[in-house]
Amino acid sequence: MNVFDMTINALHHALKDKKISSFEATGAMLARIESVEPQVHSFITVASEQALTAAGAADQRIASGDCGMLTGIPLAIKDIFLTEGIRTTCGSHILKNFMPPYSATSWEKLQERGAVLLGKLNQDEFAMGSSNESSAFGPCRNPWDTSRIPGGSSGGSAAAIAARQATATLGTDTGGSIRQPASHCGCVGLKPTYGRVSRYGVIAYASSLDQVGPLTRDVADCAVMLEAIAGHDPKDSTSVDTPVPDYSATLALGVKGIKIGLPKEYFIDGLDPDVQTSMQSAIETYRRLGAEFVDISLPHTDYAVATYYLIATAEASSNLARYDGVRFGHRSEQAEGLINMMTKTRSEGFGAEVKRRIMLGTYALSSGYYDAYYVKAQKVRTLIMNDFIRAFADVDVMLTPVAPTPAFKIGEKINDPLQMYLSDIFTIPVNLAGTCAISIPAGFSTDGLPIGLQLIGKPFGEVSILQAAYAFEQATEWHTRKAKI
Amino acid sequence: MKITIADVEHVARLARLELTDDEKNLFAGQMDAIIGYVEKIKELDTNGVMPTSHAVPMENAFREDEVRPSIGLEKALGNAPHRVGSFFKVPKVIE
Amino acid sequence: MNYQPVIGLEVHVQLKTDTKIFCGCSTQFGSEPNSQTCPVCLGLPGALPVLNKKVVEFAIKAGLSTNCSITPRSIFARKNYFYPDLPKGYQISQFEDPICQQGWLDIQVEGAELKRIGITRIHMEEDAGKLVHGDVSGLDDGSGVDLNRACTPLLEVVSEPDLRSSDEAVFYLKKLHQIVTWLGICDGNMEEGSFRCDANVSVMPIGSGTFGTRAEIKNVNSFKFVKQAIEYEIQRQIDLIEDGGTVVQETRLFDPNSGKTRSMRSKEEAHDYRYFPDPDLVPLVIGDDWVERTRQGLPELPEKRRLRFVTELGLPEYDAEVLTASRALAEYFEAGVEAYGNPKLVANWVMGEITRAINDSGTSIENCPVAPSQLADLLKMIDSGTISGKIAKTVFDGMWQSGKAPQAIVEEQGLVQVSDSTHIESIISEIMTANSGQVEEYRGGKEKVFGFFVGQVMKASRGKANPTVVNELLLKMLNG
Repeated sequence: MNVFDMTINALHHALKDKKISSFEATGAMLARIESVEPQVHSFITVASEQALTAAGAADQRIASGDCGMLTGIPLAIKDIFLTEGIRTTCGSHILKNFMPPYSATSWEKLQERGAVLLGKLNQDEFAMGSSNESSAFGPCRNPWDTSRIPGGSSGGSAAAIAARQATATLGTDTGGSIRQPASHCGCVGLKPTYGRVSRYGVIAYASSLDQVGPLTRDVADCAVMLEAIAGHDPKDSTSVDTPVPDYSATLALGVKGIKIGLPKEYFIDGLDPDVQTSMQSAIETYRRLGAEFVDISLPHTDYAVATYYLIATAEASSNLARYDGVRFGHRSEQAEGLINMMTKTRSEGFGAEVKRRIMLGTYALSSGYYDAYYVKAQKVRTLIMNDFIRAFADVDVMLTPVAPTPAFKIGEKINDPLQMYLSDIFTIPVNLAGTCAISIPAGFSTDGLPIGLQLIGKPFGEVSILQAAYAFEQATEWHTRKAKI
Repeated sequence: MKITIADVEHVARLARLELTDDEKNLFAGQMDAIIGYVEKIKELDTNGVMPTSHAVPMENAFREDEVRPSIGLEKALGNAPHRVGSFFKVPKVIE
Repeated sequence: MNYQPVIGLEVHVQLKTDTKIFCGCSTQFGSEPNSQTCPVCLGLPGALPVLNKKVVEFAIKAGLSTNCSITPRSIFARKNYFYPDLPKGYQISQFEDPICQQGWLDIQVEGAELKRIGITRIHMEEDAGKLVHGDVSGLDDGSGVDLNRACTPLLEVVSEPDLRSSDEAVFYLKKLHQIVTWLGICDGNMEEGSFRCDANVSVMPIGSGTFGTRAEIKNVNSFKFVKQAIEYEIQRQIDLIEDGGTVVQETRLFDPNSGKTRSMRSKEEAHDYRYFPDPDLVPLVIGDDWVERTRQGLPELPEKRRLRFVTELGLPEYDAEVLTASRALAEYFEAGVEAYGNPKLVANWVMGEITRAINDSGTSIENCPVAPSQLADLLKMIDSGTISGKIAKTVFDGMWQSGKAPQAIVEEQGLVQVSDSTHIESIISEIMTANSGQVEEYRGGKEKVFGFFVGQVMKASRGKANPTVVNELLLKMLNG
C-alpha cells in the first residue's frame, strides 16, 4: 500500500513496527503533493524543509520508544492557523507575507505529539465562502472532478484528504466550512461543540461561531485527531473546561436502540435526487444496524441562513478591523496620510467576498440598524438553539443531508452570493446552536461525485456522533473509494 | 432599491474601504438582495426572547495578575511594514 | 442674562495592576517602546483576550467606595473605530451593562452646603497605545506607534452633570483622586497619565430647565488646568451665545500655555462606534458573596477616618485633614497613637518633624526611616525625662539619618538629660562666678538677663540639662 493511502492508524502501526520511517513517509507525501498539486492546488505553502526536519526529530522519538498515535504522522493544516516560522496567509493577499511569531494552540498540541507539518492549506479568504473560489491564491479543485469546487471554506483541507496529500488535516467550521467540503470530497469532517477546541491562534472570522475540527479518511482517525486537539485553553476565554473523553475507546459500541431524529425541515422537496437516494439508503442502513428513527421538527430552520449572515458578518466586520497596515501584513504604497493608508491597504488587500461581508456586517451594527438586525438575529439564534434543545429531549443524534447538491462547477455560483449563501442551509444551524456535527461519506451521485451525510449531536456529544458515524462506516464501503488522481 | 449608493459609501467609509463606481453599483445590488433576504427574521415574534451572544453558557474566565514574558521586540516588530527604531511608523494624520 | 454652568466629568483611572487587563504583559511605565507587548495587546491575528481578575476586584472596590451598586452580570463590549494606536481596530470596553452603576460622592466647596454628585457608572476598559510625533529621528514625517500602554486597565468613572462650577468640579476630582489612591488601585500620578479627566461643559440660562449643548474638553491632567479649562470654556460659551452664536457639540483640547480651549479638528463624521457584546469574552457574574468579601476588605475611607480622628481621637479638623492626606500617612499616625497613646502629641510630631524631614529629603511617608513605634519610644523618653523636648529633635535627626532606635542614638551621643540637681548647681555656680556683671544686672531688676543664664547653662551642659530643673535652680540661686 502506498504511504499516502494510509490512515493515521495504519501509518502509526507501520512507524511503530519500523516498517517505514517518518522521514520516508514525509518524503513520500511531499512527492505526492508535488505530483498532484498542479491539478488540485490544495496548498498555499508547502514547507518541505521544515517537514523533513520535523520528521527526522519524530524518528528519533520513535527510536527511543516514544511513538504516540500522531508521532511522525504527516499532517497539513488550513492556512487560518498561525504556525510560528511558517507563512500564514488565511487565503488573503493582505497577509501574503505574514510570518507569525506564535502558533495556534491546536497546532501546538499536535506538534507536541510529534506530528509533522507538510504545509498550509488553501481556503476561502478569511474563511468566508463555500467553494474555495475566493482564495487570493487561486481556487482549489475537487480531486473527484477538477472542474468542480472542493467546497469551502476549508477546501484545501478536504481536497488534500481526497487527493491523499496528507494523512489528516485540520480545518475550521463557522457555517459548515469543515462538513460541506468533507461531503463534497468524500472524507470525514467533524465540527466539535463550540468551546471544545481552543480558538487561540486561529484567525478569527466570526468569534461566536468559529470552531476548529479535523478532516480525516475515516472515523477512527477523526477520533484520534479530536482527542489530541480538544481541551481547555486558558488563553481562550471561550474554551470550556470539561474533561476530554477517550473518543477512540467507545467508537465501536454500535447504534442498537439509538434514537435518530430526522428533522423534517431538512428533507424538503427539491433536494437533489442523488442526495435524496443517499439519505434513504443511509436510513435503511441504520435501521438494519438497530437504530430507531424519530420524526422531529426544528421549526426555525428557515431563518438560520438569514440569522447567520447577520451575526457572522457583524462579528467579522469587527474582527477584520485589525488589518490596517500598521503593525503587520500588506501596507499600501500609494497612500497619502494615515486614513488614506488604512483605506487603500484594506481595499488593495481584501477580495470582493470579504469586502461584501465586512460591509454587510458594518451595516447590521450601524446606528439605526443595530436593534433591527444584529440584536434581532441574536434573538432568533436563541429560538434556533431552543429548537435543538427541545428536539434532543427525544433523540440521541440527528441525521440530515450536508449539502442540497453535490459539488457544483467552479464559477457556477460566484456571481450570485445569495445563492451561494443559501446552499449552507443544513450546516449553519449547528453553528448557531453551538453543538457538534460530523459529515461522513454516504454515497455518490450518478456523476461519481461524493455525497455526505451529517450526524448532529448534543453539545459535548461527540462520543455519540462518532459512535454512530463509525457504525455506519463499518457497515458500508463509501469511505474506501478513492478519487482517481 | 433599499440599499442605495449612498448607503454603500457610508458603510464603506466606516469600514475604511474604497470602492470604484462599478464596485459601488455591484455591491449596492448584491447587498440589497442579501439584506432583502435577511429581513425575513423580522417575521418572527421575539418578544421576551433573550439574545444569545455565546452558544455555550460560560462565565467568569479569568487569569491571575501575574507577569508573563513579553514576546520581545524582534517578534513584536517582525512583520512591521515600516519600522523606525522600536516604533511602528505610520504616516501623519492629515487634518 | 445670567447663565448657569453645567458640568459632567469623565475620569479615566489607570489601575495599578502588575499586568494588563487582557494579557500578561507588564504595565511598568517608561520601558523601551513595544518591549512590553504580546500577540494579544499587539492585536495580532488569532490572539484572544483573557480578563485579569484583579481588575475586577479593583473595580468592585472603586464601586463600593463611591456608593455604586455592583452589576451582578456585566458584559464587555467592542467600541469600533480605526486609529493607529488602537491595534484591534476596536477597544474592549463596557457599554450596556457596566460593572458599577448609580453611585454618588458628596462634596462641600468652601462656603457652600454639602452637595451630592451622582456617579452614573463606572466601567472597565483597555487603554490604547501611544502615538509619538516627530521628536524621534526618522519619525519627522510621520508618527510612531508604541503599544506598551495598549491594553492597560482603565476604569472610566462617569459623573452625572450635577456640577455647577469649576470649584465643585475640582473638589469632586480631588475627592475621587483621594479615594482611588487611598484604595491602592491607582498611583494617582496625573503627570504620567494615571488619572485623566474629560470635562463636559455647557451653559444654560438661570432658571431654564433645558441643558445647553455641551462641549467636551479632553484629557486635562492637573487640577489646576481643569479649573482653568472649565472657567475658560464657560466664558467662551457665554460670550458666543451673547454674540448670537450657537455652541457646537465638539471635542476640544485645553492649551495650558494660552489658558484656552480649542476645537480638535474633527474627522468627517461623528463616530458610529457600533457597540456590540464582545464574543471573545464571557459574561462577568459577581455574586453577593464576592461583593461582601470585597466590602469587608475595604480600608476605612478618608472621609470616615477624618471624622473618627475628630470625634474619637479628639483632634482638631485641621489636623484630621492633614493626617488623612494619604492612607499611608493616616496609618502611620494611627500606628504611632497605638504605640504611644496621646493622639495630639503624635499628630504634632507627624505634622511637624516627620513631614519636614520627608519634604527636605524628597522621600515619602511610605519610605520613612523612622518607624511609628520608634517615634512612640522617643515620645516616651521625653515623658520620662530621659531627654528634653529640645534634645528630642536632635535625637530625631539621628534616628532619621541612621534608622536606629532613639535609645541607641541617645546612648551613642550621650544625650541623656541631666537632671541631677547637684551637677546642675555646680554648673550654675561656675557661670555665676564667671558672669558676675550679669548677676548684678539681674539682681538689679533686669529680668531679661535670666534668659542669658539659661542659655549659658544649656551651652555648658551641651543641651542636656533638664530645662525644668535648670529654671528652678537658677531662680533659686540667682535670687540668692
